[in-house]
Amino acid sequence: MSGAQGGDLNRNPPRPDRLDHAEGASVPLRSHVREAQPRGAVINGNHPIDQAEAAERFIAAPEHERMHDARLWDLRQKRDRQMHGIAEWEDLRRLASEIKEHALTHLDHYLEQFEANARANGIHVHWAQDADEHNAIILSLLRDHSVKRLIKSKSMLTEECGFRDFMAESGIEVVETDLGERIQQLDDEAPSHVVVPAVHKLRSDVAAVFARTLGTDPDDDDVHYLTEQQREKTRPLILDAQAGLTGANFVVAETGTFVVCTNEGNADLSANTPSLQIASIGIEKVIPRLEDLPVFVRLLSRSALGSPITQYTSHFRGPRRGGELHVVLVDNGRSERLGMEQFWTSLKCIRCGACMNTCPVFRRSGGLSYGATYAGPIGLIIDPTFNRHRYSSLPFSSTLNGSCTNVCPVRINIHEQIAGWRKVLAETHELPLMKKVMMREAGHLLSHPALYRAAIATADSALKHLPRFMVYNRLNTWGHGREVPAPPRQTFHEWYAKNRPTGQGEPT
Amino acid sequence: MSSREDILARVRAHKPALERPLPQVPFFDPPQGTDLLAAFRTAFVQMGGTLPDCGPDDPLDVARAMVAGMPVSCSRVPEIRGNRVLTDDTPPASLADIDIGVVRASFGVAETGSVCLTEVDLQVNTLGYLPQHLIVLLDPARIVSNLHRAYQRPEWRSMHYAVLQSGPSATADIEGVLVHGAQGVRSLRLFFIPAPNG
Ligand code: SF4
Repeated sequence: MSGAQGGDLNRNPPRPDRLDHAEGASVPLRSHVREAQPRGAVINGNHPIDQAEAAERFIAAPEHERMHDARLWDLRQKRDRQMHGIAEWEDLRRLASEIKEHALTHLDHYLEQFEANARANGIHVHWAQDADEHNAIILSLLRDHSVKRLIKSKSMLTEECGFRDFMAESGIEVVETDLGERIQQLDDEAPSHVVVPAVHKLRSDVAAVFARTLGTDPDDDDVHYLTEQQREKTRPLILDAQAGLTGANFVVAETGTFVVCTNEGNADLSANTPSLQIASIGIEKVIPRLEDLPVFVRLLSRSALGSPITQYTSHFRGPRRGGELHVVLVDNGRSERLGMEQFWTSLKCIRCGACMNTCPVFRRSGGLSYGATYAGPIGLIIDPTFNRHRYSSLPFSSTLNGSCTNVCPVRINIHEQIAGWRKVLAETHELPLMKKVMMREAGHLLSHPALYRAAIATADSALKHLPRFMVYNRLNTWGHGREVPAPPRQTFHEWYAKNRPTGQGEPT
Repeated sequence: MSSREDILARVRAHKPALERPLPQVPFFDPPQGTDLLAAFRTAFVQMGGTLPDCGPDDPLDVARAMVAGMPVSCSRVPEIRGNRVLTDDTPPASLADIDIGVVRASFGVAETGSVCLTEVDLQVNTLGYLPQHLIVLLDPARIVSNLHRAYQRPEWRSMHYAVLQSGPSATADIEGVLVHGAQGVRSLRLFFIPAPNG
């Protein structure tokens, strides 16, 4: 810890031509070719998802792959620039991790504290064991208030719960108010990324979806036009909805507050316009004190999008005058995960998506190729907790290069957990034969640090330009035999070996 | 057993029995003598906010002229008049036809260029979102250095609703192209005007 002194607020002023807010790209990017949008993984009952197959189809659409890769890499670079502007960055990551680990090891206490404080402020608190109970609680609230239409902001938890499909079957209209999420809803597709849900689509894909569903001009794929059309079409739906639903990024036990971060202000519209307000919140979101909150707010948007803060950071501590506020605390497997010795720290995740943006497999295969609610590195370590069989091959969609672990704002050892899942799945016989062979090689490699380091040479420094080596090496079935390894460059360990101050021993 | 009891029982049974003390969180104050107003201005503009150039004119006059130029305006500050009056019972959705709203922020945050608006500042919370444009008055004496200092403020412990707004509503969900006014206000303009009663 570097003490209480912070960095210079005037260091690294932004370039005037580069407004680094929201999820805006900092370099000019645009698609030039119209190309059919590759779709996600084939879902076949409880059969294991074949991520490799879906990824191949994504790669076979070069314009989509190029744009996807470039956009996410730009977000990663924006994140790095923000990190360099904050002298205490590593202190913040350590604090965030420690606060979360404390909260999770005292989770029952802080949940009860939050509940008591929220109730004292006039919030109705409900508890749901699983997706079904979550959906049933909300449906009964909506029925009690004769709600016909619900407006909502983005929430991964409601994706987990299959909320939209359930409400459609129950005759309640649900309107997503986040632009990316709305695009995905209108296209009847899941979000492909936790922060930028339609990042796998090109402007021409969006123009086609809007032409089909909103009646816009199919030949006009100007982004300002499309965004404005969506604003105009969604606004009337917001104004006469009877209920609004949000998720939450953080929950403060001490004050009974929940916090929602958005760039569009759509959560505030959803929460503040109708008289019935509901928030769906995973039980792992709770942090103890108000003074813990800035640690996370400072890290979240910088890690996610490379912007200093989301445009809106909204704090709800009680109902509005004349309104009603309900919070549904949802378990849905989290309390089980808490008991998994190797994997419980995955509950620290704040869903920033930084691990996705940096992952060479994710960038080149698209979030929908994972066929699960959570894609990318974080998905690999939590999806198997939902369904070990169906998601049994996902932990192999990784190069284990460790870049995800390096960028994670709450310091989850993501790549080690991915390796851990490979072992667990092998032991519980959830492995296809091909992967068993791979496992033996991987196990050998992982148990020999020097070999492992040789294998990951190029991984981080060359992450941008040479992901192919890692993506297509022999540890990963889906790139098998397709590419030759790229020439290695200097890794940290190589660099350290040459430059270490004492000249003795390996770094530990 | 109720779901609440079930969940809490499972959490108690499964939570790791590890020593994980709650850390002290430092304030990370910037160096002595940091110009908070300058830092705020830079960050506010970076977030897409507008600082209208007032030249030699009184900023209040510039703000008043902006409001006067709009058909429907709603002001929450005594210094500027609008033509739409809010009451505590005004339906939130009825603010949708307002062209420009005017509010005074409780405080600002230099680190992120954010302004804090509470349910008292807004009276009807949708005033922060439904108007096409928003003008915010900020007392330059009420700028805190960073978010650690911001969360020491009393508003978080008394208000039912409070938001840190940092620039206007923004999206770049399509190919990363930044567009202001995704759902909420299209512009956020800020004037530094000391609070009337200090
Ligand atoms: S695992 Fe870490 S990097 Fe990935 S989404 Fe969660 S918090 Fe962000």
